[in-house]
Amino acid sequence: MKKTIITVVGKDTVGIIAKVCTYLAESNVNILDISQTIVSEYFNMMMIVDTNNANKAFDELASELAKLGEDIGVNIKCQREEIFSKMHRI
Amino acid sequence: MINMFEVNETNKMVEQENLDVRTITVGINLLDCADSNLDELNRKVYEKIVRIAKDLVKTGNDISREFGIPVVNKRISVTPIALVGQSACKTPQDFVTIAKTLDRAAKEVGVNFIGGYSAIVSKGMTPYEENLIRSIPEALASTERICSSVNVGSTKTGINMDAVRLLGDIVKETAEYTKEDDSLGCAKLVVLCNAPDDNPFMAGAFHGVSEADSIINVGVSGPGVVKYALSQVKNANFEVLCETIKKTAFKITRVGQLVAQEASKRMGIPFGIIDLSLAPTPAVGDSIAEILEEMGLERVGAPGTTAALAMLNDQVKKGGVMASSYVGGLSGAFIPVSEDQGMIDAVNAGALTIEKLEAMTCVCSVGLDMIAIPGDTKPETISGIIADESAIGMVNQKTTAVRIIPVIGKTVGEVAHFGGLLGYAPIMPVNNFDCSVFVNRGGRIPAPIHSFKN
Repeated sequence: MKKTIITVVGKDTVGIIAKVCTYLAESNVNILDISQTIVSEYFNMMMIVDTNNANKAFDELASELAKLGEDIGVNIKCQREEIFSKMHRI
Repeated sequence: MINMFEVNETNKMVEQENLDVRTITVGINLLDCADSNLDELNRKVYEKIVRIAKDLVKTGNDISREFGIPVVNKRISVTPIALVGQSACKTPQDFVTIAKTLDRAAKEVGVNFIGGYSAIVSKGMTPYEENLIRSIPEALASTERICSSVNVGSTKTGINMDAVRLLGDIVKETAEYTKEDDSLGCAKLVVLCNAPDDNPFMAGAFHGVSEADSIINVGVSGPGVVKYALSQVKNANFEVLCETIKKTAFKITRVGQLVAQEASKRMGIPFGIIDLSLAPTPAVGDSIAEILEEMGLERVGAPGTTAALAMLNDQVKKGGVMASSYVGGLSGAFIPVSEDQGMIDAVNAGALTIEKLEAMTCVCSVGLDMIAIPGDTKPETISGIIADESAIGMVNQKTTAVRIIPVIGKTVGEVAHFGGLLGYAPIMPVNNFDCSVFVNRGGRIPAPIHSFKN
């Protein structure tokens, strides 16, 4: 399974998770895991998602998520999981 | 499963500590393009480079986007042109036509440098190789993206002092040809000893004859990441220091390994090696000098610098080899002056001299790199500097190199500006006591005794 990591970082506000999840549902991306914290009013979320059945290409997904982030006022990054697993697992 | 702490650590390395993949370099064999007809040779060279590397830039950019890691440079290295052109090129000018073809091919596929305008003359020079060397000043002045290198010695062969003497003149002439741009041509010319066949880094990259038809070599980088990691273990002992560098080097190299494998898969070109070198850029925080200073030196160049660098280099290798199946190229810490803000500051503060840099090259790759010297330095003196550096490489069984820029019209106290990744450099004083009788003797310095291992 091709896993993708989505990170959302920025000032906390109402509806960040809702908006990101709505977009992912519309794109047919399945969420496998979510972890989220707030450190001194800063919202920090990491999602592990399955993009195998997504109805759009990775590039499109990444740029639309970045755009959505701009609209909400947070920074959204979308990266293939391997960059993290290779770096942190032997 | 990956956790948030790890994801944040990786992204912080990229966003705040300048972690990047410095270069994906595709090595291309051009021996099959050899032809006795020069026009035909040029046509074949252009066709082959464009055919193999046409997707290189797009692949690099795709990988960069998908993994969220910058891939700064996409480059090409080719078979040493002295070999490719030997049956077609009768004069230095004939070789220049190949340089222009390479430049055109580089522009067509969108790479910023193409290396391999080179000759391997570690023991002797053929007339063709001498013609190529003599063509270097014009070739570099009439092209934009060509990098040139000459290997003048090795542990196995000794040092070809005729070539060393000739290169003193060629460096000077290259400087003259590009004097309008602070002698920029010399920034694209490197004289090597023990040059590796699979180096992905410019200006010394070429595709050695021991290589396959095409190959992907990747150079990683991350001085900023190492520096940050060391800033977290202030006042710790050497054991902790070494452990920190090793772990960091492992992480950096794994990124390179991932990118190399992806590029290899997508382009259908076999993966060659990862070059572990820590390569600085002029960006603040992306500096080898700052790592050494983080270890506890007031300025790079202070007593202790060579020891600190030796340790850094060794730990980077120890961490790096664990992270990749194939490590090669130069694999060390680069100490270019103009491309490293910490080095520039140390020169300006009077802490760092050419002699100290020479000592540092005994324990790290690669050599006297991107050092600006007065434009009126004698060619014989440049040959002497090349001979010294080659001797260090020959005796220590390591790669050494000289990429110095005699900046025509400028002298100590002034600054040379090269632009972009090549940065800027204060002109450093050179020891001007004469060595011309020595370098003019002719012939070669024999291989050292420890090279006879059979």
